[in-house]
Amino acid sequence: MTVVRDRVATRIASPPMRRRFSPLLVVMIGAAIVVALTYTLPPFRTYQLATVGAYLCVTAGLTVLTGLNGQLSLGHGALMATGAYTLALWQNKFNLLVVGIIVAILVTTAVGAVIGLAAARLRGPYLAGLTLAVAVVVPSITSTFDETFNSDQGLSVMLNPPPESMTNEQWQAWVCWGGALITVLALALLTRGRFGRDMRAVRDDETAARLAGISVARTQVAAFVVSAACAGLAGALFAVIAQSVSPGAFPLTLSLFLLMAIVIGGLGRLTGALIGAVLLVALPAVAHEIGEAAGSQRLEGNLALTFFGVVLVVVMLAAPGGLASLRPFKKKGHR
Amino acid sequence: MSALLEVEGLTAGYGAAPVLHDVSLTVEPGQIVAVLGANGAGKSTLLRTLSGLLPATSGRVTFDGQDLRGIKVERMVHHGIAHVPEGRGVVTELTVDENLRLGGLWRKPQPPLEPIYELFPRLAERRGHLGHQLSGGERQMLAIGRALAAQPRLLLLDEPSLGLAPKITAQIMALLRDLRDRTGLAVLLVEQNVRSALSIADQGVVLSLGRIVTRHDAATLVDDADLRHAYLGF
Repeated sequence: MTVVRDRVATRIASPPMRRRFSPLLVVMIGAAIVVALTYTLPPFRTYQLATVGAYLCVTAGLTVLTGLNGQLSLGHGALMATGAYTLALWQNKFNLLVVGIIVAILVTTAVGAVIGLAAARLRGPYLAGLTLAVAVVVPSITSTFDETFNSDQGLSVMLNPPPESMTNEQWQAWVCWGGALITVLALALLTRGRFGRDMRAVRDDETAARLAGISVARTQVAAFVVSAACAGLAGALFAVIAQSVSPGAFPLTLSLFLLMAIVIGGLGRLTGALIGAVLLVALPAVAHEIGEAAGSQRLEGNLALTFFGVVLVVVMLAAPGGLASLRPFKKKGHR
Repeated sequence: MSALLEVEGLTAGYGAAPVLHDVSLTVEPGQIVAVLGANGAGKSTLLRTLSGLLPATSGRVTFDGQDLRGIKVERMVHHGIAHVPEGRGVVTELTVDENLRLGGLWRKPQPPLEPIYELFPRLAERRGHLGHQLSGGERQMLAIGRALAAQPRLLLLDEPSLGLAPKITAQIMALLRDLRDRTGLAVLLVEQNVRSALSIADQGVVLSLGRIVTRHDAATLVDDADLRHAYLGF
């Protein structure tokens, strides 16, 4: 009995906060690691690192929406496309990257607000259906208005060359991780306090949340808007990395991959979003190598999806909370 | 004395099926009114309509002289009405502490939680636990605690005894009475457990098939054998 008491006492003494470090500290350490990596990794790996950073923006936003607020979005690939095309159009006209990225975020936020307003009225499969429609419709807009968007060919993105002291890959990695770390910091601070609690309450029990005085619709729209802004930033960063945008870069499977990545990584956790972003880059790369070794062109395209499926099944069986829920250094049964 | 809550000719239901027909009742400040009746009489529907979870088809609800028609559920708590729904309305993924803070979130400055923990020492012991780790009785305490954190003037309480041991039910009832005596909180209490409800209520309202069939002082309802047989079945 006393043993049980003691354990209860210690659990009360240490509140069950998942993040015990200050987000600012974590982000600063992250920045230092990224900078160190950009000077040690070979160019291709640095390019992959930049891609992870861009993916992290969108997975972090999506995991807040889906994990904390319980809204399922299959349309984040399309929101990324919105951000990417906005940046491309802006750059080709004004060539001011920082402003362009902000404009891309703003435009995507506005689009996200419209979808979010509709989404707040929908639940479960209907919400998935709506966002699925967005994912299908947005790429086809490029061919409807082909004078602006240049159809399947896409647009090239005009960019100034990077500062002379660094390589193009290093510069890309810095830009992408700058965006990613700011996103993660903002989301960590935002979800810690009242907004995070509101979102989880709404996800868990709408009636209880409303009776406690939380506006369910407002919380859901806000979550969607925040998450859309992150997707817009990610899209803009991808446009910077690729120096071009085309509808083929943002297919429906991208949205599905994003969702799978955050589930495998650990839904609702920013560390899970990071793991997911790494997997989004690593798994297709591994699939590519295997496909090349097998010498089959056809295998290569589909292998990545198979890989993700298998990893998803295995992770869900072994760690239903996602990879981020694994605590290798702690005893089992002690959360 | 002017009534705190006045309900006049309230009709409400689900889709085309009306459940409440022309219900009128009043709750005075500091009064505990028990709503009694069989399964399906419309007791929970009455509370859900009052808190705005269910729109009324017709009728008028005034709270402290203010018309409550068209006020959103999430605003009700700002007006001083707190609803503890059947099935406890606890957010299971949040801790006890977070659940309680949720209740008073809209108040600025945020009300202290200590009075709630004093009312429910059991919750203080478990403040770091998640909602789904609590027992049924603890959840009920938490749901009531969350409602009280909003410092309401009227508490709508739906079946607080559901699934609880008689001892815990008695504790909760005693607590309600004590709260009323100290703070002047008015309570509209829906209960299946007629004896325990009438033990603390000032008045009893009997609903049958969505209509109010009788309204008496609690003591009269308990003492008058004819009334008891006719409406309460014991």
